[in-house]
Amino acid sequence: MNDTIRTSTDSPVASASASVLSICAQAKGLTVGYPNEAIVKGIDFVLPQGQAMALIGTNGSGKTTLLKTSVGLLKPLDGELSVFGTHPGGSARRIAYLGQFHNAGFILPLRAVDVVRMGRFPLHGLVGSMNEEDNEMVHSAMRTMGVEKLANTPLRFLSGGQQQRFYLAQVLAHQADLLVMDEPTSGLDAGGRNLYLQAMNDELCRGASIIVATHDIQEEATLCQQVMLLARRVVAFGPPHQVLNSETLLETFGIIIGKGQKRPAVLEREHHHETEPLDQAKRKTRRFWPR
Amino acid sequence: MDIFITPFTSNTFMMQALIAGIFVSIACAVAGTFVILRGMAFIGDALAHGVLPGIALAYLLGFPGILGAALGAVFMIGGVTLITQRSRLSSDTAIGLLFVGMLALGVVIISRSNSFSGDLTKILFGEIMGIGIPDILIQLAATLVIGVTAFICARPFLLLSFDPEQAQVAGFSSKLYHNIMLFMIAATIIVSFQTVGTLLVFGLLIAPAGAGALLARRIRGMMAWATAFGALSVYAGLLLSYYFDLATGASIILVTTVIFFIVFIIQNVRSRRLNAFAGAQHE
Repeated sequence: MNDTIRTSTDSPVASASASVLSICAQAKGLTVGYPNEAIVKGIDFVLPQGQAMALIGTNGSGKTTLLKTSVGLLKPLDGELSVFGTHPGGSARRIAYLGQFHNAGFILPLRAVDVVRMGRFPLHGLVGSMNEEDNEMVHSAMRTMGVEKLANTPLRFLSGGQQQRFYLAQVLAHQADLLVMDEPTSGLDAGGRNLYLQAMNDELCRGASIIVATHDIQEEATLCQQVMLLARRVVAFGPPHQVLNSETLLETFGIIIGKGQKRPAVLEREHHHETEPLDQAKRKTRRFWPR
Repeated sequence: MDIFITPFTSNTFMMQALIAGIFVSIACAVAGTFVILRGMAFIGDALAHGVLPGIALAYLLGFPGILGAALGAVFMIGGVTLITQRSRLSSDTAIGLLFVGMLALGVVIISRSNSFSGDLTKILFGEIMGIGIPDILIQLAATLVIGVTAFICARPFLLLSFDPEQAQVAGFSSKLYHNIMLFMIAATIIVSFQTVGTLLVFGLLIAPAGAGALLARRIRGMMAWATAFGALSVYAGLLLSYYFDLATGASIILVTTVIFFIVFIIQNVRSRRLNAFAGAQHE
């Protein structure tokens, strides 16, 4: 149980497909974490362009840390990680990122559409002007998430779920080659989740790649070609049907799937990794002074 | 109506004070908007007070106060950055430490000079009535630089206010633009201290922008409201000071604080009425 169960990158089929498709992101012996604390060691994966990878695990398992490293917010502690053939964070125009926390909501005097327009900023830099195509992308993204009618509503008047739909619309408006999202369905109702799944499916059909961190196994298993189970180490990595089984889920979450149960039942078991380290929790608090 | 205009048309010093005050209001509106949106009120306050030793030293050694203020601000920003990066202490601890340290240093420097009491009042409360054309030109230039900086950096500043990580991923270095924003705020404080003094400049930085934040639906709107409230405060403060022989800088800040609370109360009453109306509709 302590060894990583690899099923995709080691298989000939996966290697062949990765060599045919262009590679979006690739990690070899990667260690992610904070300067004085490694969170996950020995990460290996190849994400071909046009495919989706889900990072699944409990709180503090290393999902967010790996996501932040892949977009250049954290430096890799060891090993190699390349995104579009360069260092993470080296191709801002091609990457859309949705984090877990926004200062936004109740302070910023913004209309909801202004948030979606931010998704086009990386394409135009400091002073490049927005054009008709940008407006079309912005409105199309809001239509996709079913919130176009709320476009001119001040952001602070929207519910958490409605705000999340606009944040997702921002990601869609970018028309990026890689979408990196941290728990994108948090706060969404059933309708919102369906729209999200449909939108991500469309993104994959367009040729975009996706890396998504989530707690929801079933939702992402339908979307992603690859799944990485994390528990402050890589428990398993590969296609969902090979990776998601009782053994790996027990290792990751402490859960079992009983006969006739549609959803996994959570065992009352203590995990040393369920509680976030103090340092990590502290970093999530609002901090305006960049280190 | 003459009583509202004559003091300015018949007294050059009043007109010059008004013009200088309006430039300061514009600069404070732009910088203050980001102080509020980024939650940087403490560093804004600390900068406003932390420039004191620089100004005191400048007066003591006989070079322009504005240069001393700039030195003080650079020292303050550098110190906070150093402590935040090299220790586990949060930025507000670093800001607090330097804030009191710099303030104490300023007072120590001032206490060493016997002929300083007049200068101290000037530093702390400003001398808007003594503003000359060269000062106005410096303020105009600084206001233009601040305005142009905010215009050019509008996207990264907005992203920083929304989510610093998103700014970084979008290709706008959050460190770089955070520092640009800080220097913009510092520049605003440096050129404003002559008008309302280091003790009171902070009020002009946050009160009009705070009132604007309560009213505006967009950031540009917030800046426009803040400019209007700031300019109105300067105008009303000057008039009050002229007719009732009050301290000018303090009068301006009092007016701007009163405006904030009026807007705050109106907004609260309005939202209560709207909620009551929505509740009645619902029933």
